[in-house]
Formats: sequence, C-alpha cells, structure tokens
Amino acid sequence: MKAARRRAPLLLLSLAPAGACGLLWAAAGEEAVRLKDAPGRDLTTGRCILCHSLEYIPSNAPAMNRAAWQKSIQKMKERFGAPITDEEAKQILDYLDGSYSGKS
Amino acid sequence: MVTRRELLLGTAGGWLLQRVRAGEAALSDAADTLTALAGKKPLIRRAFRPPNFETPLADLAAPFTRNDAFFVRYHLAVIPRVDPGTWRLQIAGASAQHPLTLSLRELRSGFEQVSVAAVNQCAGNRRGLFTPRVPGVQWGSGAMGNALWRGVRLRDVLHRAGVAPDALEVVFDGADSPILPATPDFLKSLPVERALDENTLIAFEMNGQPLPHWNGAPARLVVPGWVGTYWVKHLTAIRIEPKAFDGFWMKAAYRVPTGAFPGSRFTTQENAETTPVTELMVNSLITSHVSGARLRRGERAELAGQAWDGGAGIEGVEVSADRGQSWRDAALQRDLGRFAWRGFRFALDTSRAGPLEMAVRARSRGGAKQPDTLTPNPSGYHDNIVQSVSLEVG
Ligand code: HEC
Repeated sequence: MKAARRRAPLLLLSLAPAGACGLLWAAAGEEAVRLKDAPGRDLTTGRCILCHSLEYIPSNAPAMNRAAWQKSIQKMKERFGAPITDEEAKQILDYLDGSYSGKS
Repeated sequence: MVTRRELLLGTAGGWLLQRVRAGEAALSDAADTLTALAGKKPLIRRAFRPPNFETPLADLAAPFTRNDAFFVRYHLAVIPRVDPGTWRLQIAGASAQHPLTLSLRELRSGFEQVSVAAVNQCAGNRRGLFTPRVPGVQWGSGAMGNALWRGVRLRDVLHRAGVAPDALEVVFDGADSPILPATPDFLKSLPVERALDENTLIAFEMNGQPLPHWNGAPARLVVPGWVGTYWVKHLTAIRIEPKAFDGFWMKAAYRVPTGAFPGSRFTTQENAETTPVTELMVNSLITSHVSGARLRRGERAELAGQAWDGGAGIEGVEVSADRGQSWRDAALQRDLGRFAWRGFRFALDTSRAGPLEMAVRARSRGGAKQPDTLTPNPSGYHDNIVQSVSLEVG
C-alpha cells in the first residue's frame, strides 16, 4: 500500500529509559517487554523498537552470536532503513552480543 | 510447565486486546505466553507488533481450524482496518489490457463464487525447532491451519482485465504498510500460470464467515498448495506485468537454495544460488499427544493428527513404535480435498508399562515421503522431518 495511507511519523519516540512509553505505534501490552539491564540497553531499545516490538530480540537469542547480530543490525539498517549511526551500531552490537548471544 | 500468569492488557490505540488468561495452552506450548488479539481467542504470542500469533496445538486437531484460533502473521506494523464499503481492488499493470477497479459488491456479484479447502502454512512454520537455530520469527508448529476459503477465481478477475500474451508475473499489494517509508512494502508476485490456476482465489470468506480482520479482511489471496507468504492479505492492488517483479520480499526474502527442494519452481525469480520457496512439502503433525504425556496401562488411546502436502493429496500415513524399523498404516479421516489436510488415527498399544516412542510419516499421492533429516537453508523453511513423541505408559 502506498505512502499516502501511512500515518504520521514516528519519531515521537521517546528515548527515555522506559523506552516503549512514547512510541506512537506501540501495541497494547508490548511495554511489558523489556530488554536486559546492561550498558547500551536504552540506546538499543530506542533504536530497535521503531518498527517492531522488542520480542524480536530475546526470541532470536538462541539463533544469535556476535557475527549474527552484526549481520542482523546491518540488515535492519541497509534493507529496512533503520536510522542507526555507525557509532550507535557498535554500541548496540556490544549490548546485543553481551546480553542476547545464545547460539551454542 | 504451563504459565498461569494472568495478563491484564490495556486497550491503547484500540489495537488489541482484552483481558486474557495465559495458561490454556496445549501441553507443548509450555513456556509460551498466550495473548488475545481483538476477535481472537488467546494464541501463542511470538510478537506483539507486528502481530505474530501462533495457533495452540489443541486447536489444530479439528478438520477446520476455527477463525478465532487461526494464526496471524504480519511483517509490517501499519495495519489499517479496511472498511468493506469503501474498499476497492485495482487490477492494472503493463500487461493488463483493460485495467479495472472493483468494489467488494462487484467482486462478489460479478464472478462465479467457488470454495476450496486448503491448508495455509507459513513458510517459516517450525523455524523455532530448526537445528542449527536460524533467525526469524521463532515459530513452533502452529503457524498453520486448514480452512474452507470462499471467493472468486483470480483467473476470472484477471481475464476481465485482459491478460496480454507477454504477461509473466502477477504482483499483489495489501493494505498493510511499513512504519518507515524506507522499509520495503510487502508485495508478492506469482508466476502468471499459478495466478491463472483455477484453484487460486481472491477469498472473502473463511469457514463460512467473512474473513477476520487479522486474516486479511475484506479479501485476500488464497494460493492452495503454496506457502502462506503468497496469500496476500487485505488485497488492494493487482498488477499484471511482463517482467519479473523485483521487490525485496521476492528478491531477498522467502528464498531457498536453488535445487534443494522438490516441487513447483518459480523460474522467473530463480537464480543460480537461490529460488523462491513455493510449494508445501509433505508433512504431518501429531495433535493428540506431546512428548512427556502419560497414559494409563490398558487405557484405550489413539494417536491422532493431520497430514498434508502441496496439492497431490495424502496417500497414506504410517506410524512406527520401534524407532522406524517397522511402519503400520494409520486410518485416514475424511478427504476434504487435495489441498486440505487429512486427519489420521492410530490405536496405541498401552498393554505394557514403559516408554512408548511413536513416530509418524506421511506420504503423498505424488510419491513424496517425509524425510528423516532437515535440508539446511538459511531461513529455516520446509521443516517436514518425521516427528516423534515420547509417551510413558504406566
Ligand atoms: C526500520 C524498521 C526496523 C528497525 C528500526 C529495526 N528493525 Fe528489525 N526488523 C524489521 C523488519 C521489517 C523485520 C521483519 C519482520 C518480520 O518478518 O516479522 C525485522 C526483523 C527483525 C529480526 C528477525 C530476524 C529477521 O531478520 O527477520 C530481528 C532479530 C530484528 N529485526 C532485530 C532488530 C534489532 C536488534 C534492531 C535494532 C538494532 C531492529 N531490528 C530495528 C524492521 C526494523
């Protein structure tokens, strides 16, 4: 469906620690999904919650290691247009690898 | 363990939900959380947004999967509620000789209405069981269901628009869209031959009811025998084109290694490395029991479930109680059509106490059998390996 239908932007996003709260598109209930507490959590929440709820991160942990997260972040940026700077991507990668790399 | 948590979910945005109980899950759905979308019973939640909800095993036992239990799968999070009164379907494209626009009333009354019973299975069904694990929505076995779809033949609608001789693919767009314009919109294409197949429908009813919102109201594509990714929901536009469509969801997603799997090929989208995932592989699902279930000695018990394939139809289902050394035929239930699943039943021998390991293997009329090992592919598609459950008698 074309852009005309799309509702107004998103960047009403609050990057406050609570993350999900200011999100225009949040589905009811998803604010209960929180990422693990570690350095980089707030940045990761803020950048990764735009297009989908955060469950995509913990649910994929068993399939991920550092290289897989690197590829995933790159896919979100290059294929899906996630607005994430290279510097942020590095911090997000450290956070995701540290907290959600479950692949044995 | 079954989660007994009670979730109290708000109604922000009018989007989802109501008060639901987690815990009515089938045994296999152990740690899974159940959540209800508006109009749906509590389903296994894979993601709140976009909504990705899986049908619990117990709801897959019936011949037709109830509308309120049918799985929900979206890639993109902007999902308008379409008003059937103002909805229009546009049929155009470079190979459409007389482009046209139809209202729902015109669609319903202008073409012969037909029904087909067919399995709708997500390409990624069972991805969460794949080894090695691969990224994506971590589905269990419930990203599927069987329904009676009613609508009009896509072929009839395309012919009304005039299919030029150079037509190669037909492209479908639905009302859902991405949050950021930079994210590719969800469009899919079919080879023109598949689009013109008499079984491919534009459906507006499911199991005798209007399509539920979350399953594509007011009209969706039904492509019997092919994976769910082609069954575009909330259909808004159809384009008949003389060239291969090059959108992200065709060129970069939903692909398998070329030559790795049998079944229909989508040659205009194929390259030396990869090709689109197309037909469903022969498969089966035990719905009566999950591993760990206990049976009383001497109890009358039946192993039951469903078997399906990409449209040849199920010829037989075999059951083994000795780790595949010998197989015996299960009884087949009523034939609902070659695109539907076929129920099976097999009496369990509960005369001796001890472990009982039961394996099930389906065979299609095309001669295909479920394999014992997975064919590796990066997105975890086509997990149709022989399934077994470990039961305990005593
Ligand atoms: C611009 C939108 C956007 C942003 C921002 C975004 N994603 Fe995604 N992501 C998507 C889309 C679209 C999908 C596919 C969803 C589906 O198929 O269900 C996806 C899917 C995923 C998946 C499942 C695997 C896959 O590749 O399909 C993971 C894991 C994921 N995202 C992680 C992240 C992480 C981590 C971030 C933050 C660094 C992020 N996403 C930010 C759009 C986005």
